[in-house]
Amino acid sequence: MIKSRALSRNLPLHLMILPGLLLVLIFSYVPILGTYIAFQKFIPAKGFFGDQAWIGWDNFRYVLDLPGIFQVLWNTVFIAVMKMVAGIVVPLTVALLLNELRKQAIKRSVQTLIYLPHFLSWIILGGVLVDLLSPSSGLVNQALGAFGIKPIFFLGSNDWFPYTMVISDVWKEFGFATIVYLAALTGIDPQQYEAAIIDGASRWKQTWHVTLPGMRMIIVLMVVLSLGNVLNAGFDQIVNLYSAQVYASGDIIDTLVYRLGLQQAQYGVATAVGLFKSVVSFLFISVAYYAAYKLADYRIF
Amino acid sequence: MLGQSTGARLFSAFNAVFLIALSLLCIAPLVHIAAVSLSSSSAVTAGWVKFWPVDFTLDSYRFVMTRGEIWSSMWVTLQRVALGGGLNLLLTILIAYPLSKESATFRSRTGYAWFFFFTMLFSGGLIPWYMVIRQLELLDSIWALVLPAGVPVFNVVLMLNFFRQLPKELEEAAFMDGAGHWTTLWKIYLPAALPALATVSLFAVVWHWNSWFDGLILMNRPEHYPLQSYLQTVIMQRDMTFIQHLSRAELAIVSDRTIKSAQILIATLPIVFVYPFLQRFFVKGIVLGSVKG
Repeated sequence: MIKSRALSRNLPLHLMILPGLLLVLIFSYVPILGTYIAFQKFIPAKGFFGDQAWIGWDNFRYVLDLPGIFQVLWNTVFIAVMKMVAGIVVPLTVALLLNELRKQAIKRSVQTLIYLPHFLSWIILGGVLVDLLSPSSGLVNQALGAFGIKPIFFLGSNDWFPYTMVISDVWKEFGFATIVYLAALTGIDPQQYEAAIIDGASRWKQTWHVTLPGMRMIIVLMVVLSLGNVLNAGFDQIVNLYSAQVYASGDIIDTLVYRLGLQQAQYGVATAVGLFKSVVSFLFISVAYYAAYKLADYRIF
Repeated sequence: MLGQSTGARLFSAFNAVFLIALSLLCIAPLVHIAAVSLSSSSAVTAGWVKFWPVDFTLDSYRFVMTRGEIWSSMWVTLQRVALGGGLNLLLTILIAYPLSKESATFRSRTGYAWFFFFTMLFSGGLIPWYMVIRQLELLDSIWALVLPAGVPVFNVVLMLNFFRQLPKELEEAAFMDGAGHWTTLWKIYLPAALPALATVSLFAVVWHWNSWFDGLILMNRPEHYPLQSYLQTVIMQRDMTFIQHLSRAELAIVSDRTIKSAQILIATLPIVFVYPFLQRFFVKGIVLGSVKG
């Protein structure tokens, strides 16, 4: 009796969830089940339910034998880790500096401008970069030329490509990422600053002894949560900016999956690589959330 | 300020100058592209164009606008933004409200929450996702751009955390008055959640506006491409075959560089006009929705 009343009271809640649940079931969970094609010699024309040949771990073995596969793995981790580090250090520093600004109008305008690139796609920003970084006609190399520096192939040289990816990613995201740090800064008790000023602490000392300790939790949290991106080097960015000449330094897991799967139609092989990435990422993210829960008492919902 | 040392004042001045320079550096590339798009191609080729148009002309825009693709792809994008953004907002609200209840009153909450949250941790990857959409015969349909991305789980998390900040008394008072869940959500929760609603709407609209990869692989016919997918083919894949049809005189005014720049600007302007007005809201929405007490 009580149970049925609880059910009828909560029935609207179940109904509200139902449509979203169905969509997620179809477009997220069915593909997860569908990863079994990593173990098939999958012929797309026959479809999911067609009579496909099971070949065990052959697709994985095939991938491991691909020339340069470990270079791809290394490129992925190298670019991703640099982005993770820069993605914390730069926004944190800028947030601290923004916090020192006394004129609210300047602060607001600076924020508006640095948030902008976050809202533009890598098609747009990629187009901008290709124009800007062109060795023959780009503005950057023109400026470098004024100092007598020879044109640099930012997007065409293996020495430069990974760093170009990291720096342009910082350009897109650092501004938007300052928001969480600025929020944490407003949460610090002003009395702590007053006490520090009475003790004669300089601005620098206040930052070191009041601000940073006050932000310890949010910093730990952002570091931990970024760990899940260890294999996310940034598909949207790289697929638009790389070319065959920089595969050695710029080919990453996601671009390899794209080329193997959708361009060469090796569905089983591409799924195997994708599954590998998903499993490794899952382990990292799970550990990261568990650590965030333990260290910062963070719960996502 | 009283009693500020010279060092502190010097730091303040340098800090302000540095941050202003940094923010200008952030948009300088876009200003350069805007200048290129408004200059004649001969001035651009000569390297005269920096941050201000030289030989001002709107011909690159005229050229882009007289070609049908940009309009048809813009139309596809408007459809996906309206349908997809609308569906995102609706489902975000409908999922976030029940999940914002306490487990004590809504026992299935934890199970549902994990069901959605798990998709942020693990995905089947590109190929199985593509195969499901293909198997459902959604390829080449606008629904392929709308339904698979129907539930933006990150936005749901933002929204539900925002709902949880609302005082419990609001809801209790509504129930006392005999209101059900639907009325409470509609009359009490939504009006109180405007900053969060503005935030998730902005995210959903920008996401749909900017998405290009799904359009590229799920649409087989170029006339079904949304704007960003179309731009990907002309800007990034450097498909500039149409330039061959230009006469010499035309090439002195427009070139692939000025045309690309004009296309970039056309896709950027809507965002530039919309987001500064929502800035106040989304900052508040993100802060309250993600960083908890």
